[in-house]
Amino acid sequence: MSIWQYANPVKFLSLSAKVQPVLWVAAGFCVVVGLIWGFFGTPDDFRQGSTVKIIYLHVPAALMAINAWFMMLITSLIWLVRRHHVSVLAAKAAAPVGMVMTVIALVTGAIWGQPMWGTWWAWDPRLTSFLILFLFYLGYIALWEAIEDPDTAADLTSILCLVGSVFAVLSRYAVQFWNQGLHQGTSVPVATGGRTVSDVFFYPLVMCMVGFGLLFLALVLYRTGTEIRLRRTAALRARAGGNV
Amino acid sequence: MTPDLGKYAVEVLSAYAASVVLLVALIAVTLRRGRVARAALKEVEREVKSDG
Repeated sequence: MSIWQYANPVKFLSLSAKVQPVLWVAAGFCVVVGLIWGFFGTPDDFRQGSTVKIIYLHVPAALMAINAWFMMLITSLIWLVRRHHVSVLAAKAAAPVGMVMTVIALVTGAIWGQPMWGTWWAWDPRLTSFLILFLFYLGYIALWEAIEDPDTAADLTSILCLVGSVFAVLSRYAVQFWNQGLHQGTSVPVATGGRTVSDVFFYPLVMCMVGFGLLFLALVLYRTGTEIRLRRTAALRARAGGNV
Repeated sequence: MTPDLGKYAVEVLSAYAASVVLLVALIAVTLRRGRVARAALKEVEREVKSDG
């Protein structure tokens, strides 16, 4: 029994069909409960007022925006090394999800920043690296659409993914090694185990983070299945010589 | 029912509204594209079978 057996599209689709119902229900539960808990069940922050409630959208979205790119990096590397089609199709499937997460993080950050910082936008290291990450997502999706041969597209998008990983890393760690700019430190520093958020805000935040993570997984599995079916349809059409 | 959001009500509600719209649109587009792909594959498989 090896993980590589799921490089077989049939086995991948079979496993995916079994896992997805659980993932969708768990994701829906965590996101809805987490957001309701955060919106209705938490007090205002003494400095930020009610804008603290934006954290339940902003932090999970930013977390998934970065981790989606890391997931794409791993699956792209698997494609480059082992040439498993399912792997690169999973990266292709994850890109629009990661891009939407990046947009949510940027929009909610701007809406929060206007009353708190007095500006919608600042050329701060973390904000700028996030904007560049968004542009990499756009470029990645555009490159897939621009190249007709699927294997060439897979090769070139995988290389773009490697380059973009620099900005994903910058987005993740910019607040730690750049002590400049407006963006505050990370809310949940995983490496140190400490946190700057009190319990009353932390637990609904964790619920939302888990929910966004499960939603990402459910969406990527579903979208990868779609990409496999589209590839199979194109292959059957090509084999039939355009008669189908 | 709605908590008192004070002077930041517009900011908080617009952040939630924008995020929910984006997430729902992403899920809707994903499910629609999946259904179209399933139907297209079934159609091609049926035609390939009928062609022998």
